Amino acid sequence: MSDQPLKLNDYQRQPELTSTRDGFGRGLVDTAKADDRVVGLCADLTESVRFQWFKEAFPERFIEVGIAEQNLMGLAAGLALAGRVPFAGSYAAFSPCRNFDQLRVSVCYSNLNVKAVGGHAGLTVGPDGATHQALEDIAITRALPNLTVIVPCDDRQAYRATLTMAQEKGPMYLRLSREKTPRLTGPHTPFELGRGQLFRAGGDVTLVGTGIMTVAALRAADELAKLSISARVINIHTIKPIDQQLITQAARETGALVTAEEHQLHGGLGGAVAEVLAERWPVPLERVAVQDTFGESGPAQELLKKYGLTSQDIVKAAQKVIKRKNSKSEV
Amino acid sequence: MSAARSIKELAQKAQAIRQSIITSLVEAGSGHTAGPLGMADVFAALYFQVMNHDPDKPDWDGRDRLILSNGHICPVLYAAMAEAGYFPKKELGTLRQINSRLQGHPHYWSVPGVENTSGPLGQGLSQACGLAYGLRLSNNRARVYAIMGDGEQQEGQNWEAYWFAGVNRLSNLTALIDRNNIQIDGYTEDVLPLQPFRHKLEAFRWNVLDIDGHNLGAIVDACYQAQATQQQPTAIICNTIPGQGVEFMENLPVWHGQPPDKDQAREALRQLRTLGGRLDCRELS
Repeated sequence: MSDQPLKLNDYQRQPELTSTRDGFGRGLVDTAKADDRVVGLCADLTESVRFQWFKEAFPERFIEVGIAEQNLMGLAAGLALAGRVPFAGSYAAFSPCRNFDQLRVSVCYSNLNVKAVGGHAGLTVGPDGATHQALEDIAITRALPNLTVIVPCDDRQAYRATLTMAQEKGPMYLRLSREKTPRLTGPHTPFELGRGQLFRAGGDVTLVGTGIMTVAALRAADELAKLSISARVINIHTIKPIDQQLITQAARETGALVTAEEHQLHGGLGGAVAEVLAERWPVPLERVAVQDTFGESGPAQELLKKYGLTSQDIVKAAQKVIKRKNSKSEV
Repeated sequence: MSAARSIKELAQKAQAIRQSIITSLVEAGSGHTAGPLGMADVFAALYFQVMNHDPDKPDWDGRDRLILSNGHICPVLYAAMAEAGYFPKKELGTLRQINSRLQGHPHYWSVPGVENTSGPLGQGLSQACGLAYGLRLSNNRARVYAIMGDGEQQEGQNWEAYWFAGVNRLSNLTALIDRNNIQIDGYTEDVLPLQPFRHKLEAFRWNVLDIDGHNLGAIVDACYQAQATQQQPTAIICNTIPGQGVEFMENLPVWHGQPPDKDQAREALRQLRTLGGRLDCRELS
């Protein structure tokens, strides 16, 4: 493993704002061009989960399921039984949150080659309110045997993840955001399932981000640098299986970690990292996440502020965790 | 498996399947009895007359697929598969035991030829629809047979799937519904009435056939009618007697979810051995 951070897009000077759903939409078209096994299914959210471009390019391989998420997942299982590579999408609040049983029994227990796509995840879906803000999807999918759980940090990563999902066998869940965020990865940033990514070197603390919270972690590292705190930043795009080696190395070398995710406190990235640390290299950990509560309507950025998911919240968590690291008693 | 058989030969297969169900359940010490016995004739017709399949080539791409939705009746699936030669009949004694391939509810490919996973009710028809759609997309002429229970029609997912299949004209899909009128809490029409079932299915654009699920000729004929039906999926409502063939089990909800003990199994097998005569009578009528 290289200790050199990956070369990133200059997200501060030239912020290209894009969404992970757009990256998925482009990826689905390109992967379908190369692989005629790929089919797409969507439950009445074709435009907003970005199946639209695929539908226009490959109308005969697109299946409109209607507002029926249980059937959506069952159909995907059947299509996989027929040798297809189905990408089955809806909002994360409905798939996998509504059809968890179908994902569990029809797909994962059979270890079928189904690619579940959950759009509009997290608080940043905004004005639609708590019902539509999926904040539990990582926790429930992470518990399922055979399932790989992927949360890309920008559109380019979502694009590469989509191509990889079609190539690699097995059930997978891709979590997508609507919110436009800076493009972090460069044209040559690698993507390998199960491998975390070093985005910034640092020795005092490690900030572990996933999805759109990775850019917040990078900004927090910039702020911490002004305070003479050297923060390492890791991007975890594959939450399951998680990169135990990279996290353990960070624990050993920086002695304190902060996780940041647009998800509930329990069972998400923070939970996954806590499990690794507790079993392999216990060090202080702080988790920036939604604190076991439902969201509400509002503009995305204001919601992130109200529910404690900004770079400033990560800075505070980093300062706290460093204090704990340096303390001999419980903090 | 497609060689034409006489009704008498199919009746003998159904008889053997029923015997295997009783012996595997008594070994298992738990499981469902009434449903499997009631569907023995349907499975005999499918595995020994209707379906195009080859136990020596279970992954043959052109095979017809049987998707079991009401997974709890899997003793009849296992018995029929063993009878057809997918695995040794001796293995039926491992049903529901630890380290067995024969799980209490079917697990996809645990034995080659088990085409899907089911147990939580209402999931099989969606799987069957996806499979039928996928086969059609690949110009594969194989057919999909979905086996469902009548109690499980209460699961809403089925109606999402019926709707989809009707609208998408999945004529390569045939659903055979075990209309035995019982479920765990009692008779289906007391728990949550299904009638008018036929009209509901027709409203979802299905071709519907309503048959005696113990009349082997009628089962085979209905499946051939389904094969000849264009532009529509076909539902065959198979009116069956739960526990059929064992007098003290027939029509009683209590036998839905319990296995026979040794004495009951002995009596059940004795009654089944005399069943041949009754089936012969039916063939003559």
